[in-house]
Amino acid sequence: MADLTTRLGSVTLPNPILTASGCAANGRELHHFVDLTGLGAFVTKTVMADPRAGRPTPRMAETPSGMLNSIGLQGPGIAAFLDHDLTWLASVGARVIVSIAGNTAAEFATVARALAAHPAFGCVVGVEINISCPNVANRGLVFACDAVSSREVITLVTAELPPQTPTFAKLTPDVTDIVAIADAALDAGARGLTLINTLLGIVIDTDRMRPQLAGVTGGLSGPAIRPVAVRAIWQVYAAMLEDRLPTVPILGVGGVRTGRDALELLAAGAAAVQVGTATFNDPSAPGRVRDELDAALDERGFTSVGEVVGLAHERKVRL
Amino acid sequence: MSGPAQTRGPLVTNEVVGAYHRLTIAAPGVADAAAPGQFVAVAVGGPTSAQLLRRCFSLHAVSAEDGGRLAVVVAAKGAGTQWLTALRPGDLVDVVAPLGRPFPLPDEPCACVLVGGGYGSAPLFWLAEVLRARGCRVEMILGAGSADRLYGVEEAGRVADAVHVTTDDGSLGRRGWVSEVLPEVIERTGARYAYACGPMGMLAAVTEVATAHEATAYVAVEESMACGIGVCMTCVLPVRRDDGVTAMVRSCVDGPVFRGDQVRWDAYADGVCRVPADALGAPRPGGH
Repeated sequence: MADLTTRLGSVTLPNPILTASGCAANGRELHHFVDLTGLGAFVTKTVMADPRAGRPTPRMAETPSGMLNSIGLQGPGIAAFLDHDLTWLASVGARVIVSIAGNTAAEFATVARALAAHPAFGCVVGVEINISCPNVANRGLVFACDAVSSREVITLVTAELPPQTPTFAKLTPDVTDIVAIADAALDAGARGLTLINTLLGIVIDTDRMRPQLAGVTGGLSGPAIRPVAVRAIWQVYAAMLEDRLPTVPILGVGGVRTGRDALELLAAGAAAVQVGTATFNDPSAPGRVRDELDAALDERGFTSVGEVVGLAHERKVRL
Repeated sequence: MSGPAQTRGPLVTNEVVGAYHRLTIAAPGVADAAAPGQFVAVAVGGPTSAQLLRRCFSLHAVSAEDGGRLAVVVAAKGAGTQWLTALRPGDLVDVVAPLGRPFPLPDEPCACVLVGGGYGSAPLFWLAEVLRARGCRVEMILGAGSADRLYGVEEAGRVADAVHVTTDDGSLGRRGWVSEVLPEVIERTGARYAYACGPMGMLAAVTEVATAHEATAYVAVEESMACGIGVCMTCVLPVRRDDGVTAMVRSCVDGPVFRGDQVRWDAYADGVCRVPADALGAPRPGGH
């Protein structure tokens, strides 16, 4: 039994395994299969200011070791989310990271303000700022593809939250230089980073000879993208080690299916790891990955999560 | 009801039935909790499979043998279902069940008509038994493109008071569609409920006929699902709620059975389901 606790800024979690936004709804359904209070934290589905119907169907296509999704941030809006979903999560004792988004920087701020003012805010151990969802109509304006837009959103959101609340800017790997975007997000006041969101993809239905998704493009997730996640975490953590970026906690996400996979993201520099698409395959995956990680640390002689965070950088062979 | 559970039990039988496979799987605890219209989500390819998404099948039957067994009918049309139908008795199957809401049942005995398209008929035999046990008269209409794509014509003869068969090519029963037989059956029996499972176009047609005859249609929809348990939001469809507002609801947890006259069939065209402009949270001009 290794010490699984991990620190995310002002908050210490009992273990580093979290759900991933959009892969666990808002908790009730998954609670049949995983005790949410036994996870490091529960990450909610991204919530925006108003109710949102999402995109047409088909919204999903299976791909080798992964899938494309094109949900389009369907959700109840912040008011219903707070009274219905966050209140329930608080009632069962979950530690919650709330994922928020907006069509504009001002909408992000509106959502953050309502969240901070709600009685259930006490269960919130962090806010994930989703500036990188690919399934939006104006996807040319994905905030995380542009350092100036990223900075504006994060400045406004952090101003609405108590100063000790950990905030994580969720970034896309679909950029030329993820370190530059991370730099802008941290400079604007983000106190952590979530790496990575899905990658933009298309599947063609070769019977109909047209895109399989009604929305044409979708976000690629699942084990197929794990090496991309490890690379993004590696690059950003390396920049922190070289003092090119301030040192902040990284939430790693992308293709984690087993405890070994989680260990890989930790070794690249993540302080905690989110389990996403694997939950669709195995609804008990988040709890299973936590237990497998514990065993994987024991097998390798590690006594704590802290020992392995970023360890692969130290052990890299110098040529 | 305790909600769904995940089990890993051995395959008990794997029988070829016409163009389909009927699989019986040991799933302790599921039989007591399940009702007709609910479904199961099955993992394919084993623990390291590159096919991550569960395949969802309506429950064909349950039994209490060995602590609980369930049966599903599978068409081996893709790599995942081919893996599943190649399993042999004793192989372990990872199942989440029972899922979704079952067919609502009449409060008192009345005539009912059950309509199945292809192997969409799978849950209707069990439903017929439950309805007849409650004193209902049950007639079944089974339709498919051709005779080999029908499922359960003989079984229907055992569980229903009368059976009608249609095929598009006339290879068995009447040439044509189930919706062409349905008016006569409702008129003759005075059926108050039409229960249907099959392709979306058929469900829309059944709803239209039933509504025109002042019968209530309950339809089990077939939307593609990634998880089956309500977390992925892929299987949504526009449904008019009791308050009159149309919302994009999940077929896995809010369905798969809906009242046919509440489904927004007008949103379906050319293999796509659009978000109706009057739906809750619909995109505004300029898009989301």
